[in-house]
This record gives sequence, structure tokens and C-alpha cells, in this order.
Amino acid sequence: MAKEVSPGVLALRKVVDDVHADAREAKKAGKLVGWSSSKFPCELAEAFDLNVMYPENQAAGIAANRDGEIMCQAAEDLGFDNDICGYARISLAYAAGKRAARKFDPETLEYIIDPNSGKPLKDADGKVVIDETTGKPKKDPKTQQPYTVLVDIHEIEAMPDGPLKDKYWESIKPYRQMRIPQPDFVLCCNNICNCMTKWYENIARMCNIPLIMIDIPYNNTVEVADSNVKYVRAQFDNAIHEMEKLTGKKFDNAKFEQACANANRTASAWLRVCDYLQYKPAPYSGFDLFNHMADIVTARGKVAAAEAFELLEKDLKKAIEEGTTTTPFPEQYRVMFEGIPCWPKLPALFKPLKEHGVNVTAVVYAPAFGFVYDDLDGMARAYYKAPNSVCIEQGVAWREGICRDNKVDGVLVHYNRSCKPWSGYMAEMQRRFTKDLGVPCAGFDGDQADPRNFNEAQYTTRVQGLVEAMEANKK
Amino acid sequence: MSIETFVNEFSAIAANPHGQLKAYKEAGKKCIGVMPYYAPEELVYAAGMMPFGMWGSNKKTISKAKEYCATFYCTIAQLDLEMLLDGTCDLLDGVITPTICDTLRPMSQNIRVAMSEKLPCIFLAHPQNRFADFGKQFCLDQYTHVKTELEKIVGHEITNDDIANAIKVYNKSRAARREFVKLASDHCDVIDPIMRSAVLKAAWFMDKVEYTEKLTALNAELKALPAAKWNGVKVVTSGIIVDNPTLLKVFKDNNVAIAADDVAHESRAFRTDAAETGDPMMALCEQFTNTDYDVLLYDPQSSQNRRGEFVANLVKESGAQGLVLFMQQFCDPEEMEFPYLKKALDAAGIPFIKLGVDQQMRDFGQAATAIQAFADVLSMQ
Repeated sequence: MAKEVSPGVLALRKVVDDVHADAREAKKAGKLVGWSSSKFPCELAEAFDLNVMYPENQAAGIAANRDGEIMCQAAEDLGFDNDICGYARISLAYAAGKRAARKFDPETLEYIIDPNSGKPLKDADGKVVIDETTGKPKKDPKTQQPYTVLVDIHEIEAMPDGPLKDKYWESIKPYRQMRIPQPDFVLCCNNICNCMTKWYENIARMCNIPLIMIDIPYNNTVEVADSNVKYVRAQFDNAIHEMEKLTGKKFDNAKFEQACANANRTASAWLRVCDYLQYKPAPYSGFDLFNHMADIVTARGKVAAAEAFELLEKDLKKAIEEGTTTTPFPEQYRVMFEGIPCWPKLPALFKPLKEHGVNVTAVVYAPAFGFVYDDLDGMARAYYKAPNSVCIEQGVAWREGICRDNKVDGVLVHYNRSCKPWSGYMAEMQRRFTKDLGVPCAGFDGDQADPRNFNEAQYTTRVQGLVEAMEANKK
Repeated sequence: MSIETFVNEFSAIAANPHGQLKAYKEAGKKCIGVMPYYAPEELVYAAGMMPFGMWGSNKKTISKAKEYCATFYCTIAQLDLEMLLDGTCDLLDGVITPTICDTLRPMSQNIRVAMSEKLPCIFLAHPQNRFADFGKQFCLDQYTHVKTELEKIVGHEITNDDIANAIKVYNKSRAARREFVKLASDHCDVIDPIMRSAVLKAAWFMDKVEYTEKLTALNAELKALPAAKWNGVKVVTSGIIVDNPTLLKVFKDNNVAIAADDVAHESRAFRTDAAETGDPMMALCEQFTNTDYDVLLYDPQSSQNRRGEFVANLVKESGAQGLVLFMQQFCDPEEMEFPYLKKALDAAGIPFIKLGVDQQMRDFGQAATAIQAFADVLSMQ
């Protein structure tokens, strides 16, 4: 039976679909479309009615659609080392015009099916049908997909018009993240990492487009000093000036204030949705929150996003009243999942958690996107507090706060090969979680986008170890 | 003194920073560790203390630092932490931790936590949007913080006169090093790559007045030499650090001289002077904000390939035939800039090789083969 999807979740999906559709339409109409880092103040772009796409969110989507590896390899072929963040590699390959596409025969224009793809064929009794010649399960033809190949939009553009060219365009994977328009400008805020600075410089160079930069240096104290706020405020003014030059429009303060109001409303609703994970058992899994990150990233300045999160809040209230949950197993243990998920390996990530009844009831993204502020200084302070721009004490306080509120029994730490600033102080954080909260922690090696850096066997063993430690801790 | 004597002295210091640290401490100086990159060493000098460059080690093995970081971090930063943990740096009175890259950001926290009962850690965050007045002001605020923390350690105020004097001392030292780089190329039959590295490396562990005096004298000796008879090839080196004598011996053995460098530990660190007029604190800030063509720093004209072209020009102007890029493992700023460096080198028709290195490497067999083959290719051109 198909999983029932709540009205709030449907609304959230529509918000992201609409943002993408609007950007594609804008590009067709000759309007500017930009690419922005996820924690660039979207309020500024909203004030200029700019259509903006988000490469981090896009890379996560591409990775979740299993095209992370081919895009990462494409970037490596362009000279970008495989040590570089997987999101950056996917995005840089995309910016260079590389696309994951479906293989077809140039003579017949028919797609060439990959015989290894698809799900096992089942008979009327639901049993897997075995191929007598190979002894292996037969594949269900309806679920099979063409081989994935790499194409280059610049090479396609240079082809003579005709059915072959049209087929190449059509062959590009149809999901929205593989169809975002090329950028006319880039907006970079390096609060989450300095890799972002070089990543966006490279995009600007590849596409010969302007880059608007807001630099948020790393902070060593829990408080954001006035000097730091002043620096960021001045850069807001500078960014506004650059956007005025870019668009030929004057800054519209009323639109800006509306965008700020929307962003605050969205962030507040997001935080309230996150807080539903405090219920025991939780009405949903933290993994669902990862899915809603697309909304908080791409649309937090839009009223539709605020309304969708408010709708989800109502769904969750109802779920609590009715005692239901979308988590597909009884909750025996509650953990915090530390870090960005391994998008290409979500099923593998979920499998041992499900087996052991481990629900993810806390994720660091909950406070990380809860930008709530009263004025421009407050906005500068809010954007100063991104996951990787805060000192260890602030990072620990955030995490221990949600661990306590959301009543976790343990912490699962993703040592993310793609994210040096994030993973760089996790060992010390683990020690503090155990000391301060008395909960066990387990770490595993993985990657947010490149499946080659994830080892399922190691992950499964670490989850088992964590479960045993949580069990022992309960006694 | 002979060239050999000077070089031997610099080499002995470069090979034994701990001996230097001990000697300065015994002489009653307070010493401050200075991690990469761009920390205003002049402030340490102005305080009457001795700055010690911390660029990892070619001799240590990462062990205790593993308690703080995973394997995929630059070994320079890991080894700095290792030396702080294993007692090598116990004589230091403080450490400055800049945070311009994604490894140094969390490392500043690990060091502060690990050293909480042992050593004052002075945090430093440079601005990337550094050209406008607001960037300079932020830099000034940061440097003022560094100055205040140094004053606490030394126990007295650092005056503007002290800073102005330190700027003069450092400008002279930088000028002497720039001149040495040129002379080492002109007289590469006398100054081999191992010597060149040792002379430049010693600067990180010496009082700059003493260092400059010695280097100026060495430069004078070199200037007096007849023109080099050089049958080998010349290259420009690029990367974060190229100071391993075993690796540099491969250059020497294959008659590869270094014409100039684009190395963070060498020329990138002394390319830009500070103004000797005006407010000295602002002069130090502007020295940083004027720093350009660097992999770690934001380039507002990012749609152009300024850094790549700068390095390609450096190769041409230095008379080198090619470039050897030492790619520091896990250094994403260097890695991010590589494709466009390659583009500029290719466009200028400059041959190059890229070699992966880190400070835990002990076997340079592969690098030796690559350098040897590259030298053969260049010599045939």
C-alpha cells in the first residue's frame, strides 16, 4: 500500500517544485537567474524579485537520485580533486555544462536499458521470479532504466538542429535538480565553509558572471561581537548596491521587509515542526526533516513556505492527538544524527536503524536553519550563526539542547568526508556528549554526495555497537 | 664568512627549531607559536617576543592528534596540534591560530580545548572581503584583539612606535628574502634547492634583525660571484610547503634548479610589505588586505583567471622552463585553484607536473621518477 502523504508534506513539495518551475520560466523569458549558497541572506534576493537556485540543495538531490558519482567523476575529469566536497564537485560539473543523461541509440533514438537496473519481478503470489538460465531473480521490466551517461550541454548546443539534437536534450535526466537553469550571477556567503568561496569563484569564472560575496569569518565566541556584526552589515549594504547594478532596479525596502517577515515566519514554523520530535514516540523521523530542508533552503523568504510548514505543524498536532507516526517501525531508541546524511545511500542508512527500532529524533539542522531576528543587526547576527561558523561551545550547546529536549539515548556521528569544517571537531564533541549527557556515541565514515566514501558494512556494525551501548545504558 | 658557512648556519637552524626555541627561552625571551596563514608576526616582534612559525614537521608522526581529528586533514595542521600535545612546544608562551581555511577553523577549537590548561591561544579570523574600508576595519579589530592578547602575555603595552619599528625590521627581512630568491636562481650552481629551502625556512625561527643581517651578508657574497654555469633546467615551485630535504635532493640530483616559487611557506609569505608611514596597525592590516593572487584568498574579480595568469607570468619572468606543483594532500583551496592554474599554464605553453605530498611521506620514489622524467622533458626543449 502506498504510504499516505500528509497535506503539509504535499504543500512543502509543491513549494520547492514551484521555485524550480518559476526559475525555469524566468530563464525562458530572458530574466536573470542566480545560484546562491544555502545560507546567503535570501531576504536580499527576494527584495529584488530575483529567481535563485541553490547548488547545495541541488547536489543533495542529484546525489539522492544516484547521480552523485557520475557528476563527481565529471568534476574530477575537469581537474577538481576527489578530496573536494562532493556538493562542490557536483555543482562545478553542472556549472561546466555536464549532465547525467539516459543513454540512447543515435540511430533509432531508443533508450538503451541497463539490464542490471530495476526491481525483482514478482509473481501473483508476491514471490520473486527466478530466471532459469542464470539462476538469479528476474527484473521487472517496468522498473528498469536506461544506462546513465554523461552529456555536455555546450556540445549539444553546437549540434545541428534536428531530431538527434532534440533527443539529446530530452535524454537529460528529467528530475528537477538536473534541469536547473545555468546561472547569470552567483551569491556566495561563506558562513558554512571557506570552500564555498573558491567554489563560487570557480562558477563565476566558468560562466563569466558576477559574484556577490558576503564573507562571514569563523567566530571563536558564543556571542557575536559588534565588530563582526558591523562587518557583515556593511557587506549587506554592499551586496544591495551590487544587486542594484545587476538588476538596474532600486532596492525595495517594503519587499525586503516582507521577505524578512516571511523568513522569520518560516523559520519559526520550521522550529516548531522540529520540536514535534520531542514527543515520545515521535510522530515522524528526523530523516523526514532532511527532506523538508529543500523548503527551508530554497523558499524560506516566501510566504508559501511559511504556510506549508504551518500546515505540516497542524498535521503533526493531529498525529499526536491520534497517536500516529510516519516512522515505519516501533520506536525503541532515540538518537541524534550528527551531520548531513549520505544522500546517495539513504536506504542503506535507514536499514539498520529500522532493524533495531532506532528513530532519529534530533538533527543539527533544526537549530541551524532557525534564523529568527528582529532587525538588520539581528539578521547579521543570525547569519553569523551557521553550523560551521560557530565555536565549539556554541556547537555543543545547540546539540546538547536538542538531545535533551528530544530525549535521545545516543548519538550517531557522520564523519563526512566532504565536510572538513563540520567533521573537524566532532571527536571532541563526542567526548562532551558522553560526559555531559551520559549517552553513548558512535561514529561512521561517509559522504554527503559521493557514494564511494561510504562503507555499508562499517556503518551497520557501528549502528549495532551503538544499539548495544544504548541498551546497556538503559539497564 | 664564506657562503658555505652562512648556508650551514641557516641549515642547522632550519633543521632544529626546537634548539632555537630553547636558546631564545634561555636568553629570557618569551616565544609565541604562529600558525599559517598571514598572522601579523610583527605584533609579536613589537611586543619584544619571539615569533615561531609553525608549519608542521617532516620528522614527527601523527599520533596524539588523532584524538581530535580524522585522517582527512592537512598534515601541517595535524602536526602542529601533535607538537602542542607531545611536549615539543611546551616552551611556547602562546600560540596564534588563524582560521582562513576549513581545516584551520575547527583546528583553532581543538587547539584551544587541548591547550586550555597549558597555553594561551590567540584566535584570529581574517576578512575575505578585504579591499573595502569595512574589510580593513574588521581586520583592524581582529589585529587589535591579537595585540591585546599578546600584551597580556608579555605584561606591557605594545606601542605604535614598537609596531612601526617592527614593520621596518620585517620589510627589510622580506626584501632580503626576495633578493635571495633571485640570487639563488642566478647562482643555482652554488645554491642548490636544499640550501635555498633551508635559508628561507630559517627565517621562521630566527630574530628577524639577526636573520636579515646574515642573509644580507650571504646575498652580498652571492652577488660577488661570477655568472652561473648551469647546464640543468630551472622550474618554479608552487604549493603550500616544499621543505623536505629528501624531496629536494631529487631536484639537486637531477639538475633541477628553482628559479622562483609560488609557495605559501616561502615567497607568498614575503611578497607583500607593510607601509612604513601612517598608522602602523592599519599598515599591518593593509599589508594583509593588499595580499593578492593567493589560493586562500577571495578574488573579487573572480570571473577572470588572475591567479593562474600571475603564476604563469612568474614562470616566464623567472626564466624557468616549467612548474612543479606540490599538491598538499587534503588542501582544498589548492585543489580548487588547480584547474584554472592548469588552464593558464596550458595557455602560456608552460609544461608542469603535479605531485601529491604531505608531511607524513617518507618515501619519495614516485616523486623522484616524476621529477626525473620532467627534467628530461624540459632539458630536451
